[in-house]
Amino acid sequence: MSVSPGPSTAAFAAFEKAEAAQRRSRRRRTFLFAFVFIATVAVSSRVGEVSLTGFIKGLPGLFNYIRDILPSIHAHTLGPDLASWYWGLGKWLSMLVDTLLMAFLATLAGTIGAFCICFPASRNLMQRYPVYFVCRRLMELARGVPDLVYALIFVFSFGLGPLPGVLAIAIHSVGALGKLFSEVNENIDPQPIEGVKAAGGNWFQVMRYAVVPQVLPNYISYSLLRFEINVRATSVIGFVGAGGIGQELMFVIRQFIYQDISAIVLLIIVTVILIDLTCETLRHSVIGKQVLL
Amino acid sequence: MALPQLRQEDLSAAVNACPDVFTVSIAGITRKCLLWLLVTLFTGFCLWRIHFFDLKLLLTGFGKLGEALHFMFPPAAHGYLGEFIFAVLQTIAMAFLGTLLATLASVPLGFLGAKNVVTRPLFHFLLRRGFDVIRGIDALIWALIFVNVVGLGPFTGILAIAVSDTGTLSKLFAEAIESVNAKEVEGVRAAGATGLQIVRLGMLPQVFPVILSQALYFFESNTRSATILGVVGAGGIGLELSDRIRLCAWDEVMFIIILILIAISIIDTLSKTIRLRVIGNNHAALA
Repeated sequence: MSVSPGPSTAAFAAFEKAEAAQRRSRRRRTFLFAFVFIATVAVSSRVGEVSLTGFIKGLPGLFNYIRDILPSIHAHTLGPDLASWYWGLGKWLSMLVDTLLMAFLATLAGTIGAFCICFPASRNLMQRYPVYFVCRRLMELARGVPDLVYALIFVFSFGLGPLPGVLAIAIHSVGALGKLFSEVNENIDPQPIEGVKAAGGNWFQVMRYAVVPQVLPNYISYSLLRFEINVRATSVIGFVGAGGIGQELMFVIRQFIYQDISAIVLLIIVTVILIDLTCETLRHSVIGKQVLL
Repeated sequence: MALPQLRQEDLSAAVNACPDVFTVSIAGITRKCLLWLLVTLFTGFCLWRIHFFDLKLLLTGFGKLGEALHFMFPPAAHGYLGEFIFAVLQTIAMAFLGTLLATLASVPLGFLGAKNVVTRPLFHFLLRRGFDVIRGIDALIWALIFVNVVGLGPFTGILAIAVSDTGTLSKLFAEAIESVNAKEVEGVRAAGATGLQIVRLGMLPQVFPVILSQALYFFESNTRSATILGVVGAGGIGLELSDRIRLCAWDEVMFIIILILIAISIIDTLSKTIRLRVIGNNHAALA
């Protein structure tokens, strides 16, 4: 066995040339990317009316605002201070409960709607393509339009109050949950379907006895997740007059009732965190410790 | 091929193994009925609270809704097409800059909030709770607050998106950083790197795809939220839309809604493409 000769200088040169070329092209790509990126930022700032001077001028205003909305609490008058900060606690709590009820109703309606539409919207369960197509597009329309837009339209038709808010969030939930549900449906084990079909089941029986038992835990878990999202949504849907605590928050912000702003915002944050924790526990007990989303 | 016959002892074994499947207990049925009754009653109560049983309200409401829907077709821009398209671009610009600012702020904050970077439990706890509070305040509320600072306009929306997403992104980044492979960090440390070098060479390469894909994902979802920030005075297409709804110009409303749907689907596709390309197929699970 002879010692193999080292690579010739020609091969070296070729290699180095190729490497240099590659490096150049990579650098060019980086420059191009940076240029496009900076151009996008510049155009966006122009279109988005970004003004640093305006921001800096407004900055003291922001700190004043934050100082104003924070309550003045002193250690020696802790009780009375807290009481005057939360002077409207009873009213606000009842509004919060209303908000939660709205979220519950919207989630319930959304889950029922999504349950009805998700089976024909699953490719593996619906053989008739037009039905599948229409259901898919309906769901996209329901979740593509922001819930606040639905709320604006419903407030126009139903007047101020919680009903338009619930309707708006329910429609949005149908779209969002319907998509998740049908994705779950498309990943099921097909053998039970064949079993029920072989036993002579019609389409509805196939769904009921072959599909639903496989997917129900996932549905419940997604609905609980949706409930968390809907609690956040209902707490702000009142900004357009659609009921709940958001309506009161909008009022105190518009009327500059400073300390009430922080009081209500804090209440909302605490509620949202409590609901999140509860739902998380419930979700894990339904589906076990698997990661969702 | 004949199916194997079901034998009597198999059946009795099954009955013994799970007796509740084969017996109907009165208690079980009553409990189920009671539960359903309770749920129904509770739902009824909720519906009553939101005045769902007010027939007059429902009838006039659906009447007016039908009317509005009737006027929505055919959708028309009435010569405002240029204005609408500019407003959509403004909305996208709001989402883009808001996400950019949030990402830039969240990368250092995420490292500070990661347990394996800053090991003081108290600092970690306070920072994480801070993220939670910022995250707990909806972007709409931030927008209302920033309206008082920089006035009406898209800049308000940018700041609102930037602040509220900083909370969420920082939390996500911190979690991603906490789950990096400790062996690579160990290796960099063994080579004699200082603290900052460990972060740069041991951790950043591992979390960079996550950061990028999350930022793009948030850009997508912020395009949606930017459309509604306009409703509270933060410019963009949301402002146009809420104005048109107030004026009951339904055909223009429908036109704007269609425009929004088109813009969102374009952004979705674009960002999904970039995301998949940037993070490669081995990170497809993140997409």
